[in-house]
Amino acid sequence: MQNNSSAPETAAISNACYHCGEDCGKVPITLDEKRFCCNGCKTVFEILSQSNACDYYRYEVHPGLKAVNPEVGSRYAYLDNEEIRRELLEFSEDGVSKVKLFIPAIHCSSCIWLLENLRRLHDGVMQSSVNFVKKEVIITFHDTTLSLRQLVELLVSINYIPQLTLETAGKGAKRKINRGIYYRLGVAGFCFGNIMLFSFPAYLSVNDAVENLLRQNFGILNILFGIPVAFYSGSVFIISAWKGLKKRFISIDVPIAIGILVLFFRSAYEIISGTGPGFMDSLAGLVFFLSIGRWYQDKTYQALSFERDYRSYFPVAVTVISDLGAESIIPIKKLKTGMRIMVRNQELVPADALLVKGIGSIDYSFVSGESSPVPKKEGERIFAGGRQAGASIELIVEREVAQSHLTELWNQDMTGGEKQTRWDSILDVISRYFTVMILVLSTVSGIFWWFYQPSMAFLVVTAILIVACPCALAMTYPFSMGGAMRVFGRNSFYLKRTGVVEALSKIDTIVFDKTGTITRNDGLGADFSALIISQDHLQHISSLVRHSTHPASVAIYRQLQGFEALPVTGFAEVPSRGIEGHVRGHFLKIGSAEFVTGSAAGSAGGSRVFVSVDGEAAGFIAISNHYREGMKEVLSELAQRYELHLLSGDNDAELPNLLAFFPSRNHLHFNQSPKDKLEYIRALKATGKKVLMIGDGLNDAGALRESDCGISIADDIYHFSPACDAILESGQFRHLPDFLGFSRTSMRIVFISMGLSFLYNVVGLSFAITGNLSPVVSAILMPLSSVTIVAFVTLSIFISARFSKLEVK
Amino acid sequence: MSVILVLVAFSVVLAGGFLAAFFWSVRNGQYDDTYSSSVRILFDDDKPAEPAAAPSAPVKLMNEQSPNQ
Repeated sequence: MQNNSSAPETAAISNACYHCGEDCGKVPITLDEKRFCCNGCKTVFEILSQSNACDYYRYEVHPGLKAVNPEVGSRYAYLDNEEIRRELLEFSEDGVSKVKLFIPAIHCSSCIWLLENLRRLHDGVMQSSVNFVKKEVIITFHDTTLSLRQLVELLVSINYIPQLTLETAGKGAKRKINRGIYYRLGVAGFCFGNIMLFSFPAYLSVNDAVENLLRQNFGILNILFGIPVAFYSGSVFIISAWKGLKKRFISIDVPIAIGILVLFFRSAYEIISGTGPGFMDSLAGLVFFLSIGRWYQDKTYQALSFERDYRSYFPVAVTVISDLGAESIIPIKKLKTGMRIMVRNQELVPADALLVKGIGSIDYSFVSGESSPVPKKEGERIFAGGRQAGASIELIVEREVAQSHLTELWNQDMTGGEKQTRWDSILDVISRYFTVMILVLSTVSGIFWWFYQPSMAFLVVTAILIVACPCALAMTYPFSMGGAMRVFGRNSFYLKRTGVVEALSKIDTIVFDKTGTITRNDGLGADFSALIISQDHLQHISSLVRHSTHPASVAIYRQLQGFEALPVTGFAEVPSRGIEGHVRGHFLKIGSAEFVTGSAAGSAGGSRVFVSVDGEAAGFIAISNHYREGMKEVLSELAQRYELHLLSGDNDAELPNLLAFFPSRNHLHFNQSPKDKLEYIRALKATGKKVLMIGDGLNDAGALRESDCGISIADDIYHFSPACDAILESGQFRHLPDFLGFSRTSMRIVFISMGLSFLYNVVGLSFAITGNLSPVVSAILMPLSSVTIVAFVTLSIFISARFSKLEVK
Repeated sequence: MSVILVLVAFSVVLAGGFLAAFFWSVRNGQYDDTYSSSVRILFDDDKPAEPAAAPSAPVKLMNEQSPNQ
């Protein structure tokens, strides 16, 4: 996610890309006096200006995201397949189709404007509307003039790339929105307002016949309004309490449910028998405030998915080659054992398969944690989930998608069950004691009054149950945890539920994954200090490595940015050995020692890339893992408080570097399979540790689930990440200690505000036990306690977030 | 005094109307995405803008970075 929110510095404006706002470098591309950082951005601008859609640039400064890979080729050819098309379309009839697309790039008001004005770009679009929170766009179009494939390619051309996966495809996959909370809140608020009005005459102690008539009628109305409050809006609390009790579990909802029921029935009794005005206003206020708490707590990040399975990782379709050699595209569901498939550069291998043609160079970093691509020869087996880096390969499917190694890996950890039940929230522990205490107290006072003044016994017992209803207590948790979750969200750390804040605060052990977690996913670092070469030749190297997708080439190219690309002739790539080619009359060879110099001397395990110019050795470029920014500080800060461990699916080549960061060699483990990781976490937990797992790939999926709290780290939070409790945007990694610290502060705030709400309860109980609880006292005490507690909690969360160096706005 | 009861009946019916309107708006999906509509209302109506015209001072709107709600 790019940040466009803050207005760029005045100095930066001059050289900021008109489209995406990135620095244009030394050689900006200009068009119409506007600067662009790359051809991709310029192309998007051209498309928009041709279609009269330049208003896009009016609503935001630099609204675009840096354009990547403008070449589409036949990547979306599968959308012409009738079966896939039908599955993706919501509706298609008489030449009019409707499709809902998930576009993670939606991030600002310009995006909304452009996507809702798509008809300017193509006549075939009839109507389009954006759902911003879900990052979805619903497009209705004439499929006679604009096919689905053309529509998607149009979106790709303006750099709004829809994410098409098996999970998002299909009509059954739609997520149902739960709007019940709004209805319940509306009903409670409506009744609360009316009941307050009707209760007012009861508080005026005028005593004449007319007033009494009003009171009678208003009392009846109050009962009528009280029924939906208690049994519609309040039903969630009663049902949840009942469900808990059936499982022999006393949650905070038990005293609340008792409170609601006692309030309603005692009030109804008082009104009907004419003995008093009843507490209907307190009841409605209670349910209204509690519903607000529920609504605040149930905030979810709708555009993010914390429960992904393998289907969202795989492509929608595969290219199949028939016996006669003809290519066709089929949905991945139809893929059967024995089919011959083709996998192009940067495509995923969708099923366990045998390599039959071409040379594989499979990047398994996401699946196993290995950081460098694995070379594969014809006849070798390739597991599903790897990404081909290089020329196209042909494979024969050995196992169907649902039975592949990768899918099994995913399913084996699904036995863990729902995480929610794994630990008791502090709120549950407290409410357990609280409920028992209140029941004992009401029984004891009931017995006392029974002997002292029997007529008062019923009133006192019900008064205690009413006043003890832990409204304020029940508000502390949702508002403090919900507030903390929002603070985290503003700092690009997204929690699945509010309960995760508490889980984070209890952690004492942190387990890291290596590849992609503490090292950066965007490749390797390149060090040129051992290269004996002139500046001109650096440009030649840059021009040459540009043509290769090998991670080392990519790393070198990134370090050498700023050079103009020169034409290369006679380029050749020998997989897993090196590349060669002629640039400006010089013949360059870049690759392994054996490839470049002819002998394996000084090769140091593939971490050095050798260079020769016109047959003369020119030293090497050292390739190393790229650690995340601020990793040293983060780890040393965390080590003071937590026990740190490392589990890597990779080899131990980086061990010497890592030893400097981790306190003990015994905590570093390499060549770990996904199952090893899961069992390591399980073993740690068996010793009583509270484990936080931080990982990024599929190979961490089991460990993330098994841990007390699993954080998935991602460069692009909308892209695929394994099932977890929280998603951390990789740029915020250095804030990890702050996040953990803030979770503990939030828990402290919960404790303090719980103490405060107990004070309110003590005050209320002193009224109740002595038999002095009048409806007025109750009607004042209940909202007063709730409002002060909510104000206290919200303010303290806000202030402490400031002190924790976290963004609050 | 019975006039008060008539007024009360009126007010309850009126308030009930608003409740029904609220229900309708929820069902209609107006609470599903509270951000887009706040931005959409500020967009200008269709007007043919000169493609190459340099934009006047860009209209700055609230920017939403987090995947809210």
